[in-house]
Amino acid sequence: MPSANFVVYEDEFRQLEDALRRLRQEANAKAVFLIDKNGQQIASTGEIEQFDTTSLASLTAGNVAATDGLAKLIGEREFSVLFHEGQQDHIHISIVGRRAILLVIFDDRSSLGLVRLRVKRASGDMERIFDTMAKKGEAAESSGEASPFSEITEEDIDALFSE
Amino acid sequence: MTFINYASKEINCKIVYYGPGLGGKTTNLQYIYNKTAPDAKGKMISLATEADRTLFFDFLPLDLGTIRGFTTRFHLYTVPGQVFYDASRKLILKGVDGVVFVADSQRERMEANIESIRNLESNLKEHGLDLKTIPYALQFNKRDLPTSMPVDELYRTLNFKREPTFEAVAPQGVGVFDTLKAVAKLILIELRKR
Repeated sequence: MPSANFVVYEDEFRQLEDALRRLRQEANAKAVFLIDKNGQQIASTGEIEQFDTTSLASLTAGNVAATDGLAKLIGEREFSVLFHEGQQDHIHISIVGRRAILLVIFDDRSSLGLVRLRVKRASGDMERIFDTMAKKGEAAESSGEASPFSEITEEDIDALFSE
Repeated sequence: MTFINYASKEINCKIVYYGPGLGGKTTNLQYIYNKTAPDAKGKMISLATEADRTLFFDFLPLDLGTIRGFTTRFHLYTVPGQVFYDASRKLILKGVDGVVFVADSQRERMEANIESIRNLESNLKEHGLDLKTIPYALQFNKRDLPTSMPVDELYRTLNFKREPTFEAVAPQGVGVFDTLKAVAKLILIELRKR
């Protein structure tokens, strides 16, 4: 049986976007992405139009998954921060609330120290939002609230493939 | 684990193509990529060795349209089929919603098919998933080869829960979209239950 869905509600989505915007501003970063560990982009902000954001999300998740595998091989629980240094742009990757990945792209207008500092604070905010989201999800499940997908019909599905 | 975003009205599902090395998993994705309209697909990424064998994964994002007002996206991944890449295969199965098993129809690859299904079952188990209940489709690829086994023999050996099964010649696209549709449909039906 597949594991439960990962649901993001509107209120929390806005809060996450605000947190990302704040982080981007305070860290003087080019772009900031919040990515689910399975490779789906949750939210983003900044100069994102120059990036292929879907590929970025998937490769980041692959990168984190491979690094997690390496950590376990040497007996570590995880490597919570990854840093890739380029000639102009650099990437800072960190885990937030065990299930999401925060990706910060920055150049020489910022510095690794500043990004690390700001990411630390933003992570705390985002973890709190994730906690609220998880509680909301559990409450919706236990109240037996019908999901909009419970009424998907065969016709809906077939229509998807005829387009 | 389907990712549902109520703010942007999106559903994202993950499909993994599994199977023995050189069975045609990447070819399935390449065909889908080539035949999909540009506005319905993203860039296809292949992390491959210099000899063009899958090293980590191939990735193809597809946008299938809307269902109940939600944009429905499928992220297609392949795993590296070669036996020694097991650690990578395990990672790619994380959060999977549905699996396509691409079997090689040739008799000499039968052992490899069986071993790969067993490997799939045990790797899914590590993620708390069960092959018996996960949305799953089976594809007998390379039907055009003279060395391919009869379909009923393949079916008896590899099909174990009456999962939808398709004959395919992936480079020509035979059976490729039928397989994808079948697993996508099973995933959406599963979504309805939850």
